[in-house]
Amino acid sequence: MTLIIIFVVSFVTGLFASLGLGGGMILILYLTMIGSVSQLEAQGICLLFFLPIAVLSLIFHTKNKLVEWKKALPCLIVGSVTSLVFAYIATLIDTNLLSRLFGGFIVLTGVCMLVRRK
Amino acid sequence: MKNEDANAASFFVAKFQNKRKKNAHHFYMKKLFKKYGFWIVGILTGIANGLFGSGGGILAVPLLKYLGLDQKKAQATSISITAVLSVASLAVYLSRGSVSLVSTLKYIPFGLLGALVGSQILKKIKPDALKVMFAIVLIITGLRLVFR
Repeated sequence: MTLIIIFVVSFVTGLFASLGLGGGMILILYLTMIGSVSQLEAQGICLLFFLPIAVLSLIFHTKNKLVEWKKALPCLIVGSVTSLVFAYIATLIDTNLLSRLFGGFIVLTGVCMLVRRK
Repeated sequence: MKNEDANAASFFVAKFQNKRKKNAHHFYMKKLFKKYGFWIVGILTGIANGLFGSGGGILAVPLLKYLGLDQKKAQATSISITAVLSVASLAVYLSRGSVSLVSTLKYIPFGLLGALVGSQILKKIKPDALKVMFAIVLIITGLRLVFR
């Protein structure tokens, strides 16, 4: 049974991630609400889970010349610094508060997805 | 009668000037975003990626499209951004002992399978219905998290 659940969750997460629909959120929600994993650890698992998927996708996308590396360079520089700072903040925040903030963030994301769809 | 006409005229002139001011402001903001857009995308994506470990791509794709990239390039470029940012965030999480490598490994094989299937069906499906369902699930679960 556990293997089936792991298969379904990770498969759907990978599928949604590759469609650009925020697959990571599914994994975090599963881990925190059903898997009894703390919010912070779930986020770490999600980051680690995403890396091989991203590498695989980037190999295909770079071959097809779909990645604008030059244009993305400012994002990568400033984004890496911001990520470092906010990841550090995340490790300091109380996990309950972090979970609520995450809840607020995904509500906003859901509303934006509904409003912005064509 | 003449007074009424003058009032109506001044009303429309004021409305027109107001609209022009609003347009000028909107144009200025748009110009500013186009100039520093990639830096702003980096900051917003960095906040989501660092603080929540996810959601960077969802923010990046519409903003990259707004900056002139087409849908496919925006999606592919957003993955390149979130991949690099994830390495930065992960370095902090690992150094603070917040990630278990072992508990992640079991999710990766089927995740890769899902990603492969997703990249194959991307051209064939219309993700709109999927988006609506996913958005509703996000709102319900998000509200549960906020108010539990």
